Amino acid sequence: MTRKLALSDEILMQVEKPARYIGNEVNSVIKEKDKIDVRFAMCFPDVYEIGMSHLGIQILYSMFNAWEDVWCERVYSPWVDLDKIMREKNIPLFGLESQEPIKDMDFLGITIQYEMCYTNILQVLDLAQIPLLAKDRGEDMPIVIGGGPCSYNPEPIAPFFDLFYIGEGETQYRNLLDVYKENKKSGGSRLEFLQKASQIPGIYVPGFYEEEYKEDGTIQDRKKLYDKAPDTILKEIVMEVSDTHYPMKPVVPFIKVTQDRVVLEIQRGCIRGCRFCQAGQLYRPVRERDVEVLKKYAVEMLKNTGHEEISLSSLSSSDYSQLNELLDFLIHDCNEKHINISLPSLRIDAFSLDVMSKVQDVKKSSLTFAPEAGSQRLRDVINKGLTEEVILKGAALAFEGGWTRVKLYFMLGLPNETEEDILGIGDLSNKIAATFFETVPKDKRVNGKVQIVTSTSFFIPKPFTPFQWARMCTKEEFLEKAYQTKQGIMAQLNQKSIKYNWHEADVSVLEGIFARGDRKVADVILKAYEKGCIFDSWSEYFHNDVWMNCFEKCGVDPAFYTTRERSEDEIFPWDFLDCGVTKEFLLREWKKAMNETVSPNCRSKCQGCGARRFGGGVCFESDNQNQN
Amino acid sequence: MNQIIKIRIKFAKYGTMKFIGHLDIMRFFQKAIRRADIDIRYSGGFSPHQIMSFAAPLGVGIESQGEYLDIEVNSITTTEDMKNALNQTMVPGIEIVSVTVLPDTVKNAMASVAAAAYRIAYKEGIFPIENMEQKLQEFYAKEQILVTKETKKSTLELDLKPGIYELKVVKADAIPEIYMLVDASSSGNIKPTMVLGAFCDYCNVKFEPYSYQITRVDTYTNLAKEGKPRKLVPLEAVGE
Ligand code: SF4
Repeated sequence: MTRKLALSDEILMQVEKPARYIGNEVNSVIKEKDKIDVRFAMCFPDVYEIGMSHLGIQILYSMFNAWEDVWCERVYSPWVDLDKIMREKNIPLFGLESQEPIKDMDFLGITIQYEMCYTNILQVLDLAQIPLLAKDRGEDMPIVIGGGPCSYNPEPIAPFFDLFYIGEGETQYRNLLDVYKENKKSGGSRLEFLQKASQIPGIYVPGFYEEEYKEDGTIQDRKKLYDKAPDTILKEIVMEVSDTHYPMKPVVPFIKVTQDRVVLEIQRGCIRGCRFCQAGQLYRPVRERDVEVLKKYAVEMLKNTGHEEISLSSLSSSDYSQLNELLDFLIHDCNEKHINISLPSLRIDAFSLDVMSKVQDVKKSSLTFAPEAGSQRLRDVINKGLTEEVILKGAALAFEGGWTRVKLYFMLGLPNETEEDILGIGDLSNKIAATFFETVPKDKRVNGKVQIVTSTSFFIPKPFTPFQWARMCTKEEFLEKAYQTKQGIMAQLNQKSIKYNWHEADVSVLEGIFARGDRKVADVILKAYEKGCIFDSWSEYFHNDVWMNCFEKCGVDPAFYTTRERSEDEIFPWDFLDCGVTKEFLLREWKKAMNETVSPNCRSKCQGCGARRFGGGVCFESDNQNQN
Repeated sequence: MNQIIKIRIKFAKYGTMKFIGHLDIMRFFQKAIRRADIDIRYSGGFSPHQIMSFAAPLGVGIESQGEYLDIEVNSITTTEDMKNALNQTMVPGIEIVSVTVLPDTVKNAMASVAAAAYRIAYKEGIFPIENMEQKLQEFYAKEQILVTKETKKSTLELDLKPGIYELKVVKADAIPEIYMLVDASSSGNIKPTMVLGAFCDYCNVKFEPYSYQITRVDTYTNLAKEGKPRKLVPLEAVGE
């Protein structure tokens, strides 16, 4: 009766955390394979603990398995120890549920959440014994599908995929699988399937297009190799988010994973329009889930998983209009059942502090502010509507409430940044520390001190943001900025209370290349993989020298993608995709940024971004439509 | 004041679940108890935890028919109900064998453990040891069974003999297996692989740990008063 595992006892006893590879978790789905028409392997190309924490996969896994004719299994990147063994022993990568090879399945769907997993995509394909290039795949190979945020610029990885699903998965997958079944039944070929698939909304078949470049390396035009392939592809989106499929029985891992809790997605999209933020544009418009539906989900999911913690997920939870009611309910219901509530991304004010004091141990928890830029001027450039006054007020309130730890997040290398902006980071950190000493009398200070952790990451311009035209800094510039930040902090009166962390610069540069890369970059990724690069997002496995060497060998200049200034009329590699937000709007925002002018959020005044055409969400709320 | 009911749960762990380590099994049960809606007691404080104690931890790779954990609950219908409710929330490879209510005076599972019995099978059928039955008798008859144990700081010489309470060959479907009953108390715990390794050495056979499937048969407590001869009973036998 026991399932036969793909790996022998001997192997499993030798690798770190064998639980990554055996499946069998609570709520994982086993089906009788003879009764199945479509076998789908769903992959997150990183280690199990990270992949298992991703809500999107849980949604699709649950939705697919709710269909009788489909069996969806999970697959993650084998960690480096097993990777080595599988190569040596020629063991094909397998699905966790059936423990059978991926290469025998119908589909391999890969969710692409961050650029630094690109070589892991190749690792998964390679270990699965599937040809790395789509054009080399035979009739019996699975169809390899990409999805997730990075598929909004799929070009650097286009040759590795048969197709991309652009947008939210709930809408077209059934359709796609039906077309597949139909094609299989009528004896259609792989090519015929791809042709039919290209007619489905949201589906992009990269093999049907070719980029033509100008002499300067920018795009001249996109040529179609299949004349019925669409010119542009509009993202798929669910408008009725309260009625869509939700994973009521998420898989519960045995080992501790990053997100070891029930995740309640309260809304999609964000009204704020921060100009550096890709998610804020990609998922427009904001669509809220009904609070009654969410309450029901919470209770049922907690019961089905036995998790001891629940967290809310959204880009900006404070903007959820029924947050008050939802939190009241959760606090009441969860307290009774000894469930912890974790509250990400709340704006710090009297309300949120009150809520946090109810669900966290104030002494142990920290407050988070993300001003992102050190001066009001630069915050206006990036349209981050957080003022120093609001931050200091929030901090004072929090210090009165007993908090002593504060985390601050900033970006370095934003467009138009000056030395003054950078010094502003230390200045603001200092003011927060000073606020502590002003608000909390000496005899009431826990250990007599306040801890401020200031972190900076490096700004990376992303497609479909107003900053897609922006120049990105070089590694040297980044490091210089980090140095200046450090000096700025060291010069402060309260510098002893401030700890400063900064992000690696090499990896940011590479991420910047991938983010706005074109198909030429694919050669480099392939070469780097062949040279042994995997798990690039893990600093201990990131080899910048190998990467730079591969760029050189392939004749691809990193600076073309990062530091080059882009003209307003440049055709970007991702322009054929339409995420709902128009290029005109983004350009308008880019110009406003250069003029240091802020834009109000969707709820106070619609900015006419283009997403209204989806016919719902925040765009149709009351009277935000008095457009200019 | 609430009444406190102490419960002892016996479970089996086998198949793929043998790869799940002790800490993860604890987490698994914490979640299972929530799924089964058991009225478990919680400690106080900001992050309350369930009152739960496991008996002897089981090494990764070992199967078991006799694992135990104790919990405290505020209320219970019947032990049978609780067993069924829990079994409905298990996964293949973990099975609740029994649920018993403990008398108040009983020490918790961890403190109670005195011994454990194991069976060792050779995964590929017959042990690669000639005359195994006789060899095992000779081995067990030795005055001392010395092994060296490597700790972080030093290597230690250890005599296993006093901690091996029984050692013999038994048959499972006509295939010989090694059976041992050994000390599993916190002070003198003997790992079955230590005994097996020493026996292989004695037979001049290379010890390949992955070639054997070890199964813990049961975990025992000692009912005898101090100084009196051992009186071992399975941990579940002290309940009602
Ligand atoms: S159309 Fe207006 S309200 Fe709708 S998402 Fe765009 S800016 Fe916001």
